[in-house]
Amino acid sequence: MKVALMVTCVNDAMFPDAGKAVVTLLRRLGVDVEFPEAQTCCAQPMVNTGYLDEAVPVVRTFVDAFAGYDAVVTPSGSCAGSVRHQHSIVARRSGDPALARRVEQTAPRVHELTEFLVDVLGVEDVGASFPHRVTYHPTCHSLRLLGVGDRPTRLLRAVRGLELVELPMAEECCGFGGTFAVKNADVSVAMGSDKARHVRETGAEVLVAGDSSCLMHVGGLLSRQQSGVRVMHLAEVLAATEGAAPSVPPVPPGAAETPAGAGIGGRS
Amino acid sequence: MSARDEILGRVRSALTTRPEGEVDVPRAYRDAVAPVSGDAMVDLFVERVEDYRATVRRCTVAELEQAVAEAVGQAQAVVPPGLDWQVPGAVADDGQSAAELDGIDVVVTAAAVGIAVTGTIVLDHRPDQGRRALTLVPDHHVCVVRASQVVATVPEAVAALDPARPLTWISGPSATSDIELSRVEGVHGPRRLEVLLVTDA
Amino acid sequence: MTATFVGMPVFPTAARAALADTQLRRNLAHATSTIRAKRLSVVSEVEEWEDLRLAGAAIKDQALLDLDQHLLRLEERLTANGAIVHWARDAAEACAIVAQVARDHEVDEVVKVKSMATAEIELNERLAEHGIAAWETDLAELIVQLGDDLPSHILVPAIHRNRAEIREIFLTRMAGAGKAAPADLTDDPPELAAAARQHLREKFLRAKVGISGANFAVADTGTLVVVESEGNGRMCLTLPEVLVSVVGIEKVLPTWTDLEVFLQTLPRSSTGERMNPYTSTWSGVTPGDGPQEVHVVLLDNGRTRALADEVGRQALRCIRCSACLNVCPVYERTGGHAYGSVYPGPIGAILNPLLRGPGSGDQVDSLPYASTLCGACFEACPVRIDIPTVLVDLRAQVVDAHRGGVPSAQSVAMKGAAWTFGSGARLRAATRASGLLGDVVRRFGRRSLPGGRSALGRLPGPGAAWSGARDMPTPPSESFRAWWRRTAGGTSETSGARDPEGGPGTPRPNPGTPTTTGDRSPDQSADPSGRPAAGPLDRGVGGGAL
Repeated sequence: MKVALMVTCVNDAMFPDAGKAVVTLLRRLGVDVEFPEAQTCCAQPMVNTGYLDEAVPVVRTFVDAFAGYDAVVTPSGSCAGSVRHQHSIVARRSGDPALARRVEQTAPRVHELTEFLVDVLGVEDVGASFPHRVTYHPTCHSLRLLGVGDRPTRLLRAVRGLELVELPMAEECCGFGGTFAVKNADVSVAMGSDKARHVRETGAEVLVAGDSSCLMHVGGLLSRQQSGVRVMHLAEVLAATEGAAPSVPPVPPGAAETPAGAGIGGRS
Repeated sequence: MSARDEILGRVRSALTTRPEGEVDVPRAYRDAVAPVSGDAMVDLFVERVEDYRATVRRCTVAELEQAVAEAVGQAQAVVPPGLDWQVPGAVADDGQSAAELDGIDVVVTAAAVGIAVTGTIVLDHRPDQGRRALTLVPDHHVCVVRASQVVATVPEAVAALDPARPLTWISGPSATSDIELSRVEGVHGPRRLEVLLVTDA
Repeated sequence: MTATFVGMPVFPTAARAALADTQLRRNLAHATSTIRAKRLSVVSEVEEWEDLRLAGAAIKDQALLDLDQHLLRLEERLTANGAIVHWARDAAEACAIVAQVARDHEVDEVVKVKSMATAEIELNERLAEHGIAAWETDLAELIVQLGDDLPSHILVPAIHRNRAEIREIFLTRMAGAGKAAPADLTDDPPELAAAARQHLREKFLRAKVGISGANFAVADTGTLVVVESEGNGRMCLTLPEVLVSVVGIEKVLPTWTDLEVFLQTLPRSSTGERMNPYTSTWSGVTPGDGPQEVHVVLLDNGRTRALADEVGRQALRCIRCSACLNVCPVYERTGGHAYGSVYPGPIGAILNPLLRGPGSGDQVDSLPYASTLCGACFEACPVRIDIPTVLVDLRAQVVDAHRGGVPSAQSVAMKGAAWTFGSGARLRAATRASGLLGDVVRRFGRRSLPGGRSALGRLPGPGAAWSGARDMPTPPSESFRAWWRRTAGGTSETSGARDPEGGPGTPRPNPGTPTTTGDRSPDQSADPSGRPAAGPLDRGVGGGAL
């Protein structure tokens, strides 16, 4: 299976460790993940702000970058949702039937990380170890647009040493909402403050979620409040082997022989 | 152009972009097994009516007149013209004005249908139920429902009712949730709803 | 008389004012959490709930996609049943028809059932211009009317008021409108409801003309349906000699049987009850029972505009249950006034622009952006209106309506982003620049995020919208793509390589924790060798919960 990492523009520029964690995790599970360097963004910022014409070249870049892969994995419920639910809208807007066809081929192959782990790889215990008190915020697009359900918490429960505490009002939106966070900054902060309060009430050390942008918003509030709670992408927790007993690492077939991404990197 | 023709014209031009073909209505909800039947259905009806803080008394046909008399007590009652049993001391509906009805304490009627799942009574305002104002203005409604009139679900009730008649669906006494979304029983309609369930009819 | 929404500010401005009202915030949080819990409890009783939603959506689509035929059928049946049918292109025409009926009967007052359509067309204000008092009889509408207030919720227009405020309004205002409230009135809800009963009963008993809307209009039987709780609807529909019902053309249902779906979904979605206390249906005039002169005004007022919108027309399925308001995290914090319309909340954010037209004004254009697109509204909607998708489509219409003029800062930013995202190479250059910027900022930065990463504090200019209350991590020195290229996908990274600080969540502080792909798990239990991949997920578009 030829697997590509769709790192997302936010992780690429602001949270590269989330992307690195996905690579670590997938390699550990024997997946030879590649990073097509032609990728940029899923176009959600344009689509959700109403700039459909501007989204067309971005979607075109997307389908170019990810053509030929069996699966595309992304550490973002929101970006996976954007690809699966919005790219067809953009393609229709472009009036280009070829783009529409390519979107139809690519979009269903895009999996949010937990979907890929649980449904495609069939794993719940990914061999992680993270001895900390953690609470999990199900981001709206992973919860409602994708319907990832309890996949993230099943994965987290299998992490050694991890104490998962329930987040009150977990399913309520954190208030990020893309440009909403600045266009309606007051409401966004009011929502985020309530989310941050619920997080603090759990007594968790770490707030985990599957979308870095939501974490940037809630984490920014938690930081300004000097709460002492840090935020981590779910991928980083699942990649962690903190305090695990050293042993001989398994060598996944293919991973060692072929440096992942080799040959792809030259394409951009 | 008349408003009618203009609006219909706007509708037709709006629908030029409509997807072709008929819309099929998926009716899978009808396959849901009726949750109850028989005695359990009647029990559920009673439970659900009481859930609205209405009162329910079960009686036989033979006990009915006594039960009605006890429900009415000394209060002034009004009855519709086609009621099948006697209510001693009650006045008959002879077209009293709303203001006159406002001076009457209690109304005794029959019903058309009872719905178990929702605890609803439906009046279709035949002669044993009377015109709509009769069951609206007096503050206390004594409603006689025969067990054989109870159906399980809303779709069964809709199918059993005649849309040509005016219908009043009643689920408990008048209520409001307009103050802090807490339910308060009793605003404009009858503040007391008393159901007499005739079990052998 | 009730105030009007004319001249309301754009949503973010109105929202800021609402957010500062602590009493409002508390009232809303209490009321919406109460109703959410009730709705959840009665919806979970119904195993076939999702099937009912599917059926409800399809029935409404069926009605809307052949609306002309169903309207003609409705008109024919109503007329055959003795009703008088009027058609109104807009608010002014509808109000004029109602006023004419009232004048024909020489009345100076009418009693009203709560009706969104008549609130939308501001019927009370227009009737007042003709010297006709329109008495609202729904408890919440009465509170709003007596308080010279605006409605803030579809189902519970006075949701923003608590019991103490309601008592005050009754004590000070009832006497001016009719029977005074008892002098010893407390704020106990049953007492408040009793005061409303006494105040309104004299109006019900003397009214000659009643005004209503309709929840449904059944085409094949000519039946109108009003769903209510208090009995004020029954009073208005039954006691007056004349009844005028103002009905939006989208209220039509093809058949009587279709009611079996909505009489299950509407009460559970709106008040969180298995069934509302009273539902009235009538098909024209019933000799000897109720009003003997029955008028029906079929209202367009923008509905055909919405119908022409291929994506947005689904908003006309709305049965005004207000479940979307109660679950909306934005509505919960701002209340309804911020939306500047009788239709607030998520449905208002799409319905108002659809009825009036995107680009028709700044206030209307601000509404599609009054959402985080969290999707809670779609999940709660009993007729499956995909509000987030319609919101996004309307945003595009707003943007398109403003294309061609002087470009806004936002449109410049979006065009710039589109250019950058047009190729991986351009993005690499951009992230390199942000990394350099991050290096500079980090040198002067004083804040650090939990986990050790440095953060930006309050920023000047446009950044203030973010940073007024939120820290922002400084951009990392090295983007993911730069790291990938430098380390050949993490395979050639040497210790001490460039990565001056971990992200907020890097597990690095713990020795032995791998941060990148160079390390492999020491845990044998995760060895997936021999575990076949399950093949591509069969979860394409629409495969999720939505």
